[in-house]
Amino acid sequence: MRLPLSHLKKTLTRIFGESVVLVEAYRELTLEVPMAQLFATMQRLRDEPDLSFDALIDVAGVDYEEFTGREPDAPRFAVVYHLLSIRNNGRLRVRVFVESETEPVVSSLVSLWPSANWMERECFDMYGIAFEGHPDLRRILTDYGFTGHPFRKDFPLSGHIEMRYDPEQKQVVYEPVSIEPRDNVPRIVREPHYGDSTPTPLPSAETR
Amino acid sequence: MSEHHYQLNFGPQHPSAHGVLRLVLELDGEVVVRADPHIGLLHRGTEKLMEHKTYLQGLPYADRLDYSSMMANEHALCLAIEKLLQIEVPIRAQYLRVMFDELSRIMNHMLWVGTCALDLGAMTVFLFGARERESCFDILEATTGARMHPNYYRPGGVYRDLPDKMPQYQSSLRSAEELTRMNANRQGTVLDFIEDFAKQLPERVDDIETLLTDNRIWKQRTVGIGVVSSEQAIAMGCTGPMLRASGVAWDLRKKQPYAVYDKLDFDVATGTGGDCYDRYLVRMEECRQSAKLVLQCVNWLRTNPGPVISGDRKIAPPPRAEIKADMEALIHHFKLFTEGFPVPAGEAYAAVEHPKGEFGVYMISDGGNKPYRVKLHTPDFVHLSMLAAMAPGHMLSDVVALIGTYDIVFGSVDR
Repeated sequence: MRLPLSHLKKTLTRIFGESVVLVEAYRELTLEVPMAQLFATMQRLRDEPDLSFDALIDVAGVDYEEFTGREPDAPRFAVVYHLLSIRNNGRLRVRVFVESETEPVVSSLVSLWPSANWMERECFDMYGIAFEGHPDLRRILTDYGFTGHPFRKDFPLSGHIEMRYDPEQKQVVYEPVSIEPRDNVPRIVREPHYGDSTPTPLPSAETR
Repeated sequence: MSEHHYQLNFGPQHPSAHGVLRLVLELDGEVVVRADPHIGLLHRGTEKLMEHKTYLQGLPYADRLDYSSMMANEHALCLAIEKLLQIEVPIRAQYLRVMFDELSRIMNHMLWVGTCALDLGAMTVFLFGARERESCFDILEATTGARMHPNYYRPGGVYRDLPDKMPQYQSSLRSAEELTRMNANRQGTVLDFIEDFAKQLPERVDDIETLLTDNRIWKQRTVGIGVVSSEQAIAMGCTGPMLRASGVAWDLRKKQPYAVYDKLDFDVATGTGGDCYDRYLVRMEECRQSAKLVLQCVNWLRTNPGPVISGDRKIAPPPRAEIKADMEALIHHFKLFTEGFPVPAGEAYAAVEHPKGEFGVYMISDGGNKPYRVKLHTPDFVHLSMLAAMAPGHMLSDVVALIGTYDIVFGSVDR
């Protein structure tokens, strides 16, 4: 039987106090944690018997730079953790906004869940978010000698460098990309209630 | 590195590296001291590509993640989109999805047992597995038009219902008797063929098991190798057969049911030892359970006709005939395949019990026609990350058994 959300919510409020930031949507619960308390909170989430989130399922970096409706001074990066409790059959999402945009660093959770190791390396590789206390923070998915962080919103989809075999030099050469970025379908965010069957009334002649 | 040790570069072109795994091993004689897997040689940036495509255009990428169990990937992606859209999926589409998920599981495990046995020195199993997969490919081809990358699931349902006719073999080179024999189970509908396949499958799994389960060489190569305790497995983030082989009865189909799994009858196989042999046994039992599930779906689908995709024209395209007669339908069709549909701002995580473990899709939308962020959680990425901790102390040849039984496909490790 899956742990009911209301029960999980109550337990979290009891353990972390009334000031805890919880967001519920689509029958999923998100806990927002300030950067400084990340490690301590995660440790309690794992060790508190009523919670016992014994598995860290996923670590996802998010770059909010182009997010529609973002406040101009809101933090750019966030790290989102997905926790699973196999004992209690519950799930929880934990989000931590990274304060600095130029030197994003959050605490590493490898000492709590060994599975965080590669996930944090991936997040570092793709978003350039460093994890303090990580035993082996190397790039993981990109090529040897790669520069930049490809999943950041300011990194072009076609990249900066392409690679080909050069028959004259008889070796692989790296060159700046030759293809033009192309987007056949633009990204569109419509105003609320766009396309609803009842059209919004046009402003009358006097107010126009 | 000690002077007695030497370094071995295993892969990325090694046949038992299952794709493009480069493994840097430090060896003391034949015993592994340190293992450092280098991945990413197949990194295509699927998540970023999806951010630049509409939701519908992003779906085919899911097939190319774990390319041995395509339908399960599509299912997770569709569930995440459906969660954000808050739409209902017709019941018949849910049964179809479950049926194809289970066929995927059979295909995945048949490929897995074949390649793993090949790595450990048994040739025949691969041929047996390939034969069963061939039937599955024929089902996919008849239903979806594609053998390996079906792109069958859609937000709101599936692309179309099962066709009435199973295609038959035709050949000018074979004799008439031979063709009659080959087409014997292809006389009816696709559903008849699926039923015949699922009924025969337990016997075919037995064929494989007679070759391996009591085989002395197979047992010497797998029993007691790569033991993962249940605590270790949970802490390492293992899911699926890897976790169940360690004795934890955790299966999302039972624990957090999606689609119609809560209406179907099946058992969850668990192991006790957590070694390579138990992982093999768990996967073989899962094939039998999948066949049982497929049969239940076939019986339901026979008697319950109905729509297979949501009737919401803002999400699912109108039928072809309607476009010819109705202007509104034409507009919907045009909008869906140019701009796509907007998805309300929000974030959702949807997970399915993929043949390899928990396959999750974390999707953030800012209200646009393209996802703002897609994070794909793939089980084999997590399982491969265990290798550095598990391999030391094992012989070099056991590393092959470890990689083999982790069930790794680089399409989904590197994404």
